[in-house]
Amino acid sequence: MLTEFGKIFIFFIIGALFVGAGMFASWILRPRRPYPGKIAPYECGEDPIGDAWVRFNVRFYVIALIFLIFDVEVVFLLPWALVYRNLGLFGFLEMAVFLGILFVGYAYVWVKGDLDWDKPRPTIPHIDRPAEPRVESKRVNKEIPVGQ
Amino acid sequence: MGLLDQRFENGNVFITSLENLLNWARLSSLYQMQFGLACCAIEMMAASASDFDIMRFGIIPRATPRQADVMFVAGTVTLKMASRIKRLYDQMAEPRYIISMGSCANCGGPYWEHGYHVLKGVDRVIPVDVFVPGCPPRPEALLEGIIKLQEKVRKESVVKKSA
Repeated sequence: MLTEFGKIFIFFIIGALFVGAGMFASWILRPRRPYPGKIAPYECGEDPIGDAWVRFNVRFYVIALIFLIFDVEVVFLLPWALVYRNLGLFGFLEMAVFLGILFVGYAYVWVKGDLDWDKPRPTIPHIDRPAEPRVESKRVNKEIPVGQ
Repeated sequence: MGLLDQRFENGNVFITSLENLLNWARLSSLYQMQFGLACCAIEMMAASASDFDIMRFGIIPRATPRQADVMFVAGTVTLKMASRIKRLYDQMAEPRYIISMGSCANCGGPYWEHGYHVLKGVDRVIPVDVFVPGCPPRPEALLEGIIKLQEKVRKESVVKKSA
């Protein structure tokens, strides 16, 4: 007897066979004449510049973290909303606590200014104090003995 | 591998039937490289729109040359663009076809004599299959060019030509 997941497994197998057969047929039939201009990366007709693996600015990790948090929030919210009627008051309170914790994090991020896309230029702290006397560097002039 | 690169000495029933099937598949799904250069591109867009509807010929615009079979050179090919067109043509997967659309792409058009910046015919950089005349050609003319190209694809053969 097939379970429901067994049917899905059969779908997976048929799908894999279908893709594999298509790729095999095209591998047999297709002309294969690679040359440097043909296998060059497509950049809208321009000369490809640099590598496809580029480094991102390290600042983006904050944005990635914030995204991850709210992504997980939505992932939890959706099934919760689906079975909300069965959960009753307990489910509501539980989710309220969860959202409350996340809201604290949200407020924290906002106050810290990580949601501002344009970072202001860092202000250099100015300290009021009398200017120190400039120390003249003593240049040592070696006297060159002139004629003896 | 590369069965279509083979040239068979004589076509038997199997080879010619397979050939017919492949040619039919090819000419019914000529995916188009989606780009236009000048006012001919407007006519090309009109041809894609509902009145003329080139999608009934199996022409679907693709945004990358890797998935495209046919390139409409629709408009004035400036010298600056010519190298780009050459590169785009190189990046298309074989078999690839070119339809040169409009006078500018065919021969330089109004820029023939004094256009210091215009390539005098796109066939100077890439091999063209069908030239569509007009300045700009009406969408019907482009459809005619597509039908001509389909006729050409239908006649393709993997059998060696007898001398």
